[in-house]
Amino acid sequence: MSHLIEFRDLKKIYAQGEEPVHALDGVSLDIDSGEFVAIMGASGSGKSTLLNILGCLDTPTSGSYMLDGMEIAQRSRKELAQIRNKKLGFVFQNFNLLPRTSAIEQVELPDLYMGRLSRRDRHRRALELLTRVGLGGRGTHTPAQLSGGQQQRVAIARALMNEPPVLFADEPTGNLDTKASVEIMNLFTELSREGITIVMVTHEDDIAAYAKRHLVMKDGKLVKDDRRGAGGAAA
Amino acid sequence: MNVTMIFRVALLAIMRNKTRSLLTCLGIIVGIAAVIAVLAIGKGASTMMLNEISTMGNNLVMVFPDRNRQGQVRSGMGAGQTMTADDAEAIKRELPHLVQYVSPAVNASSQLVYQNRNWNCRVSGVSCDMPEIRNWQIGTGRFFTEDEERNYARVCVIGTTVERHLFEDEDPIGRTIRIGSIPFKVVGVLRSKGANGWGQDQDDTVMAPYTTVGRVLVRSKFRSVNMMNLSLRDMGDLEEAKRELTALLRQRHKLPDYQDDDFETRDTTEIMSTMGSVSSLMTVLLTAVAAISLLVGGIGIMNIMLVSVTERIREIGLRMAIGATPFMILSQFIIEAVVLSTVGGALGVGLGVVVANVIGEVNHWPIVIEASSAIYSFLFSAFVGMFFGFYPAYRASRLNPIDCLRYE
Repeated sequence: MSHLIEFRDLKKIYAQGEEPVHALDGVSLDIDSGEFVAIMGASGSGKSTLLNILGCLDTPTSGSYMLDGMEIAQRSRKELAQIRNKKLGFVFQNFNLLPRTSAIEQVELPDLYMGRLSRRDRHRRALELLTRVGLGGRGTHTPAQLSGGQQQRVAIARALMNEPPVLFADEPTGNLDTKASVEIMNLFTELSREGITIVMVTHEDDIAAYAKRHLVMKDGKLVKDDRRGAGGAAA
Repeated sequence: MNVTMIFRVALLAIMRNKTRSLLTCLGIIVGIAAVIAVLAIGKGASTMMLNEISTMGNNLVMVFPDRNRQGQVRSGMGAGQTMTADDAEAIKRELPHLVQYVSPAVNASSQLVYQNRNWNCRVSGVSCDMPEIRNWQIGTGRFFTEDEERNYARVCVIGTTVERHLFEDEDPIGRTIRIGSIPFKVVGVLRSKGANGWGQDQDDTVMAPYTTVGRVLVRSKFRSVNMMNLSLRDMGDLEEAKRELTALLRQRHKLPDYQDDDFETRDTTEIMSTMGSVSSLMTVLLTAVAAISLLVGGIGIMNIMLVSVTERIREIGLRMAIGATPFMILSQFIIEAVVLSTVGGALGVGLGVVVANVIGEVNHWPIVIEASSAIYSFLFSAFVGMFFGFYPAYRASRLNPIDCLRYE
């Protein structure tokens, strides 16, 4: 049986000072297409490191990472960039939008790097995505003119631009108030229903509750894998 | 991904960061404009200085009769009477391979009279070659001819100061003035040279054929002359010319070997070489000023670029996270740097030319704009802009995206 994501004994070691830090200490993990996974754990547990390696933003020290049937662990920087561009979408805690850039341009950006669409189609698709995340009339707004929740929705629209099968989110509601957090999580739930695989890092139980599977990290190790489905708060 | 896309991305980045782009451009503009303006004005000034010097004459060698030695009393240079117009003619005849023009000078100081106005100035008896030797230009009319010289014609050419005092608004050409009691016809007016380096008004002069002046004004029996002006064909032959000149004059003056020369030669090489060293000093000075201007502009560019590094490295992290390859990142930054340098460079050259011309205009200084100053300053600014724009991008593109995103 082939999984979308297969981690085998993945390690990430930072040589910090004299004692090397084992941010990931042998993690093995499978995620199937269409899953909505929350990675939880205290700060320093390695959950963000895990997500960054999953998202090809960081490289593991050792171990094997198969994404969609491809070995990822030892790819060139160029190949990793292309994989991120085509297969992975990212949503960050601090949104990471380009300053002074209109929402529509932010959303168009991934396709500029892929060069899949014509200029007109790219513009149309970006508008569609903005409408879909509820920002139909705000294409020309820059990040400074948008609220936190709106900025995060721009970031989600950008992540969806190249129709990636997987979406990674690192504390997507960490900088948002409760109301905006609920809106963002509802959007994730909708996307999950449409079949997009979502892997999300959070330390908040009520946010994790939206996910159907909970992974708990501690000291660089995966200590709990709970597939009870939505609604069950992780311990 | 193709080139157009990278261009789009780069241009969008420039437009989006208008302040940074503007300040970067400003650094380049100021650097280049300062260099061009400073060098243009400086070159103009040193050209003007050299021109001033060259009004003294081309390849000029002056020959003076030696002071009279009568006992212990010496009179001044040129007071001797040992040199004659025949010497001048002999030089012209015997040394044509070295000496191009010869003009003896027979000086008289006389009252000039025209109608009810009069003026006193030096009347120089010279040859028709004088304009060539001393760089005199004719303003109106003509200089006197060789025929007139040979025929003791009573013609003269006047300087503008004399023209102003004797004729005021009248046209002097063809009028007759009296020099002392002798009538001379004015055939030309010299173009103004202004004061020389020692403050002497060079336009306060009258020139007439040395033959006429010697015969009717000085009334010298021996056709003696005050000095001779020679113009050499080539300043490189100066030593040889002096040697042959000395030999010729010693022979003509029948000087025995034990006796010193009864004449002295002087040339302008000393002045010229002083001028040359002044000029090269100016060049060093200007280059230093230009280098400082460039440095200041360069530091400006560097500051802007380095201040924005944090923001840019995060931007690079994000761009890589959403799929930009290192090559695309570098291309974007190179294009940004090239566009800014080119635009800034063009504006800088334009501004430099305008500033130089305005300063030149206001101060009545000549302006010499050299392409090399524009090219070098442009290359330097472009290099600084590119290096400090590109280097952080290069560093960042070798990091993992997550390290760029977390860059502080």
